[in-house]
Amino acid sequence: MALLEVSNLDVRFALRQGEVKALRDVSFTLDRGERLGIVGESGAGKSVAAFTILNLIARPGYIAGGSIRFDDRELTTMKPRQLQQIRGNKISMIFQDPMMTLNPVLTIGEQMVECLKAHRRIRTRAAREIALNKLRQVHIPSPEKRLDQYPHELSGGMRQRIIIAIALLLDPDIIVADEPTTALDVTIQAEIMSLLLELCEKHNVALVLITHDLGVVSQVTQRTLVMYAGRVIEQGPTREIINDAQHPYTQGLINALPQMATPGSRLNQIPGAMPTLAKIPPGCAFHPRCSFAFNDDGSPRRDCREVIPGFVRSGNCDVACHMVRDLVENDSDARDPVEIQEAP
Amino acid sequence: MTQVKARSAPQAASAQAGDTLVEIRNLEKHFPLSGDFLEQLRFKGGKLVRRQEFVHAINGVDIDVRRGESLCVVGESGCGKSTVARMVMGLLRPSGGEIRYDGERIDHLSPRQLLPYRRRMQMIFQNPYASLNPRMTIQQTLEEPLRFHHPDWKTPQIRDKVAEVMDSVGIDPEWGRRFGHEFSGGQRQRIAIARALAVDPEFIVADEPISALDVSIQAQVLNLLMDAQETHHLTYLFITHDLAVVEHFGTRVVVMYLGRVCEVAETRTLFSTPRHPYTQALLSAIPRLEDDRPDYIRLSGEVPTPVNLPSGCVFHGRCPHANERCRREVPELIAAEGTRVACHGVEEGRL
Amino acid sequence: MTTTTQASPVPSRWARFRDSYLVYSFKRDLVAQVCLATFVAMVLAAVLAPWLAPMNPYDLAQIDIMASELPPFWIDGSDPTYVLGTDAQGRDLLSTILYGARVSLIIGFGAVILQAMLGVTFGLLAGYLGGRVDAFLMRLADIQLSFSTLMVAIIVGAVIKASFGGAIYSEYAVIILVLIIGLAEWPQYARTVRASVLAERSKEYVDAARVMGFRAKRIMFRHILPNTLSPIFVISTVQIANAIISEAALSFLGLGMPETQPSLGSLIKSGFDYLQSGSWWITLIPGAVLVVLVLVINLLGDWLRDVMNPRLYKG
Repeated sequence: MALLEVSNLDVRFALRQGEVKALRDVSFTLDRGERLGIVGESGAGKSVAAFTILNLIARPGYIAGGSIRFDDRELTTMKPRQLQQIRGNKISMIFQDPMMTLNPVLTIGEQMVECLKAHRRIRTRAAREIALNKLRQVHIPSPEKRLDQYPHELSGGMRQRIIIAIALLLDPDIIVADEPTTALDVTIQAEIMSLLLELCEKHNVALVLITHDLGVVSQVTQRTLVMYAGRVIEQGPTREIINDAQHPYTQGLINALPQMATPGSRLNQIPGAMPTLAKIPPGCAFHPRCSFAFNDDGSPRRDCREVIPGFVRSGNCDVACHMVRDLVENDSDARDPVEIQEAP
Repeated sequence: MTQVKARSAPQAASAQAGDTLVEIRNLEKHFPLSGDFLEQLRFKGGKLVRRQEFVHAINGVDIDVRRGESLCVVGESGCGKSTVARMVMGLLRPSGGEIRYDGERIDHLSPRQLLPYRRRMQMIFQNPYASLNPRMTIQQTLEEPLRFHHPDWKTPQIRDKVAEVMDSVGIDPEWGRRFGHEFSGGQRQRIAIARALAVDPEFIVADEPISALDVSIQAQVLNLLMDAQETHHLTYLFITHDLAVVEHFGTRVVVMYLGRVCEVAETRTLFSTPRHPYTQALLSAIPRLEDDRPDYIRLSGEVPTPVNLPSGCVFHGRCPHANERCRREVPELIAAEGTRVACHGVEEGRL
Repeated sequence: MTTTTQASPVPSRWARFRDSYLVYSFKRDLVAQVCLATFVAMVLAAVLAPWLAPMNPYDLAQIDIMASELPPFWIDGSDPTYVLGTDAQGRDLLSTILYGARVSLIIGFGAVILQAMLGVTFGLLAGYLGGRVDAFLMRLADIQLSFSTLMVAIIVGAVIKASFGGAIYSEYAVIILVLIIGLAEWPQYARTVRASVLAERSKEYVDAARVMGFRAKRIMFRHILPNTLSPIFVISTVQIANAIISEAALSFLGLGMPETQPSLGSLIKSGFDYLQSGSWWITLIPGAVLVVLVLVINLLGDWLRDVMNPRLYKG
C-alpha cells in the first residue's frame, strides 16, 4: 500500500470572475522513500497540488472532490486538530524563499525548538540537542554558533539548509519541497539538491519535488508527473520521460530547452502560451498549441477539441493524449514495459 | 552534447563590424552603507571618528563589446553583473574607471550630453511585471520614446512606426489600447523589447531578460531577440546567470565573481575548456538532462560579502587550488590559449 | 506572428471602471453605500443652500426676534415654519445649519486642496531627488509638524485682527482659515507620497524612462505621480474630515469663523450658552450634523483604504 495516495483531486477557487478549477482530476501515489517530481510551468497547478497535500488551501480555494490518503487515513475530511499532528510531524514542507520562511525576529535555535515543542513534550535542552544534530546532518559549519544567530546573518544557501534541517526535525515520512532552489545561485542549488538527495536516501524519507527545472528533476527524482493547466498529462519513471517523452507538451518543453538546440540556431518553441485557469479550452487543454491535434487530411481532430483525454499506458508511462492512445491501440508504436535500471 | 558550432556575428550594415563598440576600463563602484554624514560619526577612544562602510560591488573590471556580437556576462548573485549593465547605461555613476561608447567617453557626461547616446543604446530589464508603467496604455508606452527623440515627426508617422515595431515583435496592434497588467509575462517582455527597438538603437543591454519567464516562453523571447539582432544589426550585452542560455546565444562570454572578471573567452572555448577554477565549478553545477545524480565540483566555504572583500584573489577562500600568492596578490587578466584568465594557477602553469 | 489573440474587445474606460474591484466591493458594502449617499446628500444640501433654505439667516430683515428659542417640530411649543427651531436671535436653525455646513465644507475642501498641492509636490521632489533635497524637505516637514494648528491659528488670527481690524478679518476669514489649515497639514501628504515614490522609483519602468533620456520633471509628474494616486485618495478623505474638525474647533474657541458668517463650529459655540436655559437644540442639532458629516467621511475613508490595499489588486 502506498504511503500517499491522491485520487481524482479537484481543487477550485471561488473568485469574483467565477469559479476557477486549479486542479482537475489529479491522481498519483507515493511509496515510502520514493522521490517524485512534479513538473510544470507557472499556472499549471503544481504549487496548488503541493499545498493541498497538507490541506493548506485557504478560502477562496477549497477541495471540491477527490481524496488524499496518507498512511491509510483520509486527509480531506480530517479535523484541524488531527491535521496539525500530521503537518510538520509526518509531512513537512520546504518553501521557495528561505528569507520569507524563517521568522526574522527569532534566532534559529528559537525557531527550531519551537517547532519541536509544538509536536512533542520535550525540554528545551533536549530540543536544542536534537536541533544541533539536525544542523550537523545538513552539514552546517559550527552549528552551535548558528543556533543563536538570526536569519539575516546567514547566506541564502545556509538558510535553505536550515529550512531543510527544520523539515527533518521530527523525522517526517514525506518532505514536500516547493521550488526549493529557484531563488538560489546555481552552485548553491547543486549543493542543496545533492544534500536533499543524500538525506532522503539515508533516512528513507519520501520526497515530492515541485519545480519547473527538468535538469533538477532528472538529477534527483525517480518518478515524475508533468502538469498542464491543472491536470496531470504524463507520469512515469523520470529517465523515461526525459529520454523519451510521449505527450506533445512534454516533448515541446524538453525541446525548447537551450541545451537541446544547436547553438546559434533558433530554439524550438511551443507556439502560444498556457491558458489561464479561468479560460481553459474544452477537450484537451493543450490542443490549441498542439501540432498533432490534426487528422491525416489536415482537419482538426474532434476528440482533441471536445474530449478530455484519459490516461493510456505506453511503456512504463501514463499519458493523457488522444494521439498516443491511437498509437497504442494500433500497436504500431507501442512500447513494452522495460526494466528500468536504477542508478546505484 | 550536441555538436557545437561557433556563431558568427551577423554582417553589420556599416563596414566596421568587429571593432569595439563599448570599452570598459578599470571600472569600480562602491556603494556607501553608512547612511548620511551624521550617522557616520561614532565615538571611539574618546574622539569623534567618521566610520564609513562600503559595498565594493565592482573592483576593477575590463570588458570590450565588439560591434555585432552577443557578449554574455555571467555570474552568480553579488558578482556585480547587473551593476556593470546599469553603469554602461548611465543609470549609475562609476566610482572609478572609464566607459567609452564608440570611442567617446560617456561615464562622466551630464544627462543633456548623454541624450544623443540614448537613442543608440537601449535596455531590456529583468522583471516584465515592473518594466511597464501600470498607468499608461501600450500605445502611450511605445509612442512616448518616439515623440521624445523625434520631435519633428507628425502623429501619423509615429503611429506607423509604432505599428511597424509592434508587428516585428509579434504584438497585435489591437493591444495598443490595453494596459500592462492585462498581459502575461512573456507578452509584457515583448512589449518591452518593442519599446527598446522603437528608437532604432544599435546597442542593447539585456539584464536577465528571460529569467522571470516560463521555459516555453523563454524560448520564444530568445528567438525574438535573435531575430531582432539579424534584422536590426544589433550588438547585445546580455546579462544572465543561466549558462545554458549563454551556450546557445552568446558569441563571447565574460565570467564575473565578486566584482572582478575571472575569465573571458569565445563561447565554444569556454564551454569546452574552461580554465578558471570558478568557471569550472560553475559549469559543473548546471543540472543537465543526462544526469542521474548531482555531480559537481564542490567549493568550500560560503560566498564572502562584498563589504569585506577577501585579500588577493577574490576567489581564494573557496578555490581548491589556492596558494600563498593567491591570498596576497590580485591576479591580472592574462592571455592563455584562446582565452583570457585572471588566475595565478593558470599563469604559473599549475592548472 | 501573433502568439495569442485576445478574443474579447478592448474595454472602454467606463467599462473598466464598472468592472473594477472598487465598484464590485462598493456594491457589496452596505455601510459604504449609506455613507456615500449621506455624504453626497449633505454636500448637495450645502451647495444648494441658497435655494433650499426656508430663509436667509444673514438677512436681518427676515429675522423675527419674537420667534427666538423656539423648539424643533417634535416638541410642544414649536412653530411649523421653523422645522428645527430657532436660535437666540430668532434665526431658523435649519437655514443656519445649511449655510454653516456650506462654510465648513468649503474650508474643508479648500484646505485639503492646498495641502495636497503642496504636500504632493514636496513629496515627489523629496522622494525622487533624494539626497540633500530630501533631507531639507523632510526637516521642513518635521518643523511644520511641531507647530500646533491651534497655536498658529491663534497667533495669525490675533496678528491680523490687530493689524487690519476685525472687519477685514471677517471678510477674509474663509481664506485665512484655508491657508492656516492647508499649510499646517501638508507634511501628511508629503510623507505619504514620498514613501510611494521611493517604492516606485526602484521599479524598472522608471529605469526604462531614464534610459530613454526623459528628464526628471517628466518622470516625476508623468510617470511616477499617476502611480502614487491611491494613497493620496485614501488620506484625502481623512484629511477632509480633519480639516472640518479643525475649523470647527477653532470656531468653537472663537478663533475661526466670525459670528456674521457662521460655520457649524461657531453655531455650536453660539448655542452653547443656552444649554443651561433648556434650549438644547441650538447647540446640539448643529453638533449632531457635524458628527454625522465627519463620521460618514471617516467611514468612507476606511472602506477606501481597504479597497485600495495593493495586496488585493495584483496585476
